[in-house]
Amino acid sequence: MTTQPATVDTTVTIRATPEDRRATGIGVVLVLLAAFVLWAFGLGVDSGVRSTFNLSLPGDRFQGLTWIVNAQWLAFVVAVILAFLGGWVLRRTHIKWTNMLLAIGLALFSLTFLTWAAADKSFNLAGMLQSTVILSVPVTLGALTGLMCERVAVINIAIEGQLLTAAFVGTIVGSAWGIWAGLLAAVLTGAILGAALAVLAIRFLVDQIIAGVVINIFALGLTSFLARRVLSEAQDLNSPGRFGSFKIPLLGDIPVVGSILFNHNMFVYATFVLVILLHFGLFYTRWGLRSRSVGEHPRAADTVGINVFRTRYRNVILGGLIAGFGGGFLTLTQVSRFEENLTAGIGFIGLAAMIFGRWMPLGALGAGLVFGFARALQQKLGILGTPIPSELLSMTPYLVTIIVVAGVVGRSRPPAADGQPYVKD
Amino acid sequence: MSNEVPKPEEPVTDRQQPDWYRRITGVGTSIGQAIVIPLLALVTALIVGAIIIAVTDIDTLRVWGDDASEAFRLTITGIGKAYKALFVGSLGSVRAITETLFAATPLIFAGLAVAVGFQAGLFNIGVNGQMHIGGMAALWVGFSVALPAIIHIPLALLAAVVAGALWGAIAGFLKARTGAHEVITTIMLNFIALFLVDYMLKTSLFQEPGRNDPISQQAEPSAQFPTLLGGYRLQIGILLALAAVWLVWWLMYRSTIGFEFRAVGFNPDGGRYAGINVAWIYVSVMAVSGALGGIAGANQTLGLEPYRGITNFAGTIGFDAIALALLGRSHPGGVLLAGLLFGGLRAGGREMQGAAGVPIDLVLVLQALVIVLIAAPELVRRIYRIKTPEQELGTTISTGWGG
Repeated sequence: MTTQPATVDTTVTIRATPEDRRATGIGVVLVLLAAFVLWAFGLGVDSGVRSTFNLSLPGDRFQGLTWIVNAQWLAFVVAVILAFLGGWVLRRTHIKWTNMLLAIGLALFSLTFLTWAAADKSFNLAGMLQSTVILSVPVTLGALTGLMCERVAVINIAIEGQLLTAAFVGTIVGSAWGIWAGLLAAVLTGAILGAALAVLAIRFLVDQIIAGVVINIFALGLTSFLARRVLSEAQDLNSPGRFGSFKIPLLGDIPVVGSILFNHNMFVYATFVLVILLHFGLFYTRWGLRSRSVGEHPRAADTVGINVFRTRYRNVILGGLIAGFGGGFLTLTQVSRFEENLTAGIGFIGLAAMIFGRWMPLGALGAGLVFGFARALQQKLGILGTPIPSELLSMTPYLVTIIVVAGVVGRSRPPAADGQPYVKD
Repeated sequence: MSNEVPKPEEPVTDRQQPDWYRRITGVGTSIGQAIVIPLLALVTALIVGAIIIAVTDIDTLRVWGDDASEAFRLTITGIGKAYKALFVGSLGSVRAITETLFAATPLIFAGLAVAVGFQAGLFNIGVNGQMHIGGMAALWVGFSVALPAIIHIPLALLAAVVAGALWGAIAGFLKARTGAHEVITTIMLNFIALFLVDYMLKTSLFQEPGRNDPISQQAEPSAQFPTLLGGYRLQIGILLALAAVWLVWWLMYRSTIGFEFRAVGFNPDGGRYAGINVAWIYVSVMAVSGALGGIAGANQTLGLEPYRGITNFAGTIGFDAIALALLGRSHPGGVLLAGLLFGGLRAGGREMQGAAGVPIDLVLVLQALVIVLIAAPELVRRIYRIKTPEQELGTTISTGWGG
């Protein structure tokens, strides 16, 4: 019997960081997506099938723009790109790029999915992208509300209730005194609820999550109660009219992009402006620096003479104003009618968008567009008649929210003092 | 990296004595405090509710300009009529009392589900989704097999427990593993469950043959909960609810795992140092909570007409349960009493809607007011000028999103 020379295992295993493990996971997902695209959208489609995308909308200056693709070839090309991206991510040489590569991969996947769904048919791509922008508005505004509050360390999960109540009040006042009055009333309602949250959280030190849940239940109960008791008896109070869309001169006439971005109602433009203003304000002005310092380290902020309580009150109420504006959007534009619980979770999706956008206004807009895209896709696919049941498509935004909150898209860091009441010594 | 850089001072929190926990569970407060505040909260809510009824009575509001005294009389009678209907509908007759108990049954289960979560420091808003999933599982057992009732009903309940527990555990797992806050995940799971039920109701597995709308087949008679008194809707669910109250009490206060639940709720860090696997506790708390929610769902599919699954069959019970658990201080006994009270509000609310024309949604408003006042006892004390005990200040369960 021979004895093996005892070898000492000297290899040092370096534990993978969470980012490394995440990259591995995402790489695997991309490779699986590649295989899925190849199997379902590539081999599952007859060769020679073409999908037609309409790129112009009625009323555009340039009519009849279309883009015709061979569905199968596109699927093959995308599968190769996805596999390449997956391999690249798996090598973990450019960890920082992981999210961008994932985004590119998912965008390509959506495109192939659309060509598959629209095979042998024509699909209004410009229309879908236009709805994406419109549907992103309430989510973005909700996210802006959330980040206004959380930047000063007040968690606001009452966005849903603020949107709902503002939409309700906006409807009634709008029906009685015109849409501008309705908008004003909606914005003020949001501010009042913001103030209520601020008082409960800052003055009475109620746990912020409970305060938010209470405001939500209260808003749902009160608006449903009033909708049944008042609106059902006075139907004329439930048709506030709507803000129409208008085309921005010159920009609106650019082919494709013009109709997607520059032919909307006032709310959409205002949201864009608000995002830019807030981003500038938060990161390049004295107000922003002070707000952020209150959210990161209130004691230090207090020490250098910043009034922590006043800053918190101000920002939470400002956040309420933004939510009120979002509530106005819900009933004073396309729908122009209040229904019980018409928000259906938009406030919470906005909160997820805030996390997804890493507590930054530009990020909130980006995340809002992602959710808007999911919603728009779901609506338009219903028209195309895919074999996927509409109920399952309706789940998408909520599923994405869970995935975002669970940090699958990367950990993002909330303001350090988030959710903690400040008690002066 | 040099170690000389001082660590930034921890933000001021008092994790050793989370005050919200004491407020919600009543631990550490005197019996008087634990009962007085909820009672005053309820009275206040009823008064505010009366004001809401008054200012939303459009017909009467028109009278104010012409004849103020007549309008005042109408307002008072309007409020009186509404609250009288509320009373008559909940306690006024044998039928009313059975209706109260009938309405209280799912509320008690759902309230227990939220209470178990609270005791462990978790805020389960997902009872609605757990009810949907559990109810569908029970229903599926209810119509797909034919068995004697003595086996059929327990089997259906078991399915509800397992399905609800699994659905609830998702949120617990996400919290333990990724730190995702259970408030957001459970709300999102509610929506997902709602759509999932809608989808399932249209599949051949569930859908009533010959129908196109989302409605399921009817449960076999052997799976339908037998009624207790002839001619009334009250069924064995209420007995199960009483058993569940006892069982949860035993679990929370007499078993080891219940002790661990409460220890983690009282102080997660302390629990961790004491050797409790906090991640596992989060998962199992949500599973227990989800199981109770699942039974509440089974009660809605197998315990009342038409013994079928329909869209949103859980209604608002999952949300009422939050107010209920807060009112009952998350103690099983308190939940039982609060459940009976809310059952009465519900049964009476229907009467109020029918006889006095006040929509039942008022009950939701009353509940929200109750929660506000219990969560902010300062408010109640200020209104009724009660002295503040010394140890009341500072609350935190929510510190960021775990990121």
